[in-house]
Amino acid sequence: MHELSIASAILDAVRKEAEKRPGVRVRKVGVRIGALSGVEPEALSFGFGALVQGTDLDPLALEIESVPWRQRCPPCDLTFDVKDEGLACPRCARPETLMAGGDELDLAYLEVEE
Amino acid sequence: MDRIPLEKKVLSENDRVAARLRDRFREHGILCLNLISSPGAGKTTLLELTLGRLPKEARVAVLTGDIQTDNDARRLARFGFPARQITTGGACHLDARMVERALADWQLENLDLLIIENVGNLVCPSSYDLGEAAKIVLLSVPEGEDKPLKYPAIFLKSELLVLNKIDLLPYVSFDMARAREHARSIHPGMEILEVSCTTGEGLDQWIQWIKKRGEILRAETAKLPTLGR
Ligand SMILES: Nc1nc2c(ncn2[C@@H]2O[C@H](COP(=O)(O)OP(=O)(O)OP(=O)(O)O)[C@@H](O)[C@H]2O)c(=O)[nH]1
Ligand SMILES: [Mg+2]
Ligand SMILES: [Zn+2]
Repeated sequence: MHELSIASAILDAVRKEAEKRPGVRVRKVGVRIGALSGVEPEALSFGFGALVQGTDLDPLALEIESVPWRQRCPPCDLTFDVKDEGLACPRCARPETLMAGGDELDLAYLEVEE
Repeated sequence: MDRIPLEKKVLSENDRVAARLRDRFREHGILCLNLISSPGAGKTTLLELTLGRLPKEARVAVLTGDIQTDNDARRLARFGFPARQITTGGACHLDARMVERALADWQLENLDLLIIENVGNLVCPSSYDLGEAAKIVLLSVPEGEDKPLKYPAIFLKSELLVLNKIDLLPYVSFDMARAREHARSIHPGMEILEVSCTTGEGLDQWIQWIKKRGEILRAETAKLPTLGR
């Protein structure tokens, strides 16, 4: 639902980085989107494409790396992906595990040409 | 083609403004709470009852986010405390810049408590830091006890869960024990209050929670070397 604001935040960040590097053209931006971030990758791609079209940055590709929700069981020192089985530790079955990732909403890299 | 690693947050600009707000709130000893729920869970009603129970001289203000209207701010302004609407013009969440703009001409030194009612939505507001001391998620009984599992992010990030509309428990199938269990499976140690804005049940505990949270904040602030007062 807020993919358009996220897409525009990505574009703003790309523009800022581009300004620091005069003479280069940004061709691609890579982002990392966690399953808990509330951002739907498909909607983000769509919104991004619509926003970038016709701007100074066009054409600019967006590559999304989706990151699963991960929990950690401290006694077992085990980090696992959360799937339908729930949050309990797959090794010791303890229900109290801690979030270890999945809320990412990160800019990972730019691909540029001189 | 060269690849340049960036490794920063997409919302780092929002986080920067939020950090600036948080510093200002701390400096003035203001407890800022960010109240989040789906549409209609009872945020404005809870705030009306809260304001109605505070003494006239309480130093409290509210901001309320809405996509279109200023109904909520009008409902809240009746209590005589500063209340301002932030109309997002389509956005499904408040961001730190909107809050900063709304506070621009307020004397923060005259406040102890600022409650922000976010736009009714359980997903988007969870990504936007507003500089608050704590997020609070409100879940109402008719929405069902599975919501913590469906919207884990907001339950993870909120310090307190307020289960509202418990007066409706006899009429809907809502398993309170499971709701609490789900919330704590996502967020071990999450604080939970059960409230009815209709009967007033649980409101004393809610007011107590706010008071206690304010004391915790001010104790922390006093310990900060540069901000101690
Ligand atoms: N039965 C019952 N109804 C309630 C309770 N609290 C709120 N309501 C009703 O729920 C409806 C929505 O309440 P609001 O306070 O406007 O909800 P909100 O979360 O502010 O809604 P938005 O700002 O639109 O997201 C109103 O009709 C309230 O009277 C409660 O504890 N019990
Ligand atoms: Mg409201
Ligand atoms: Zn384990």
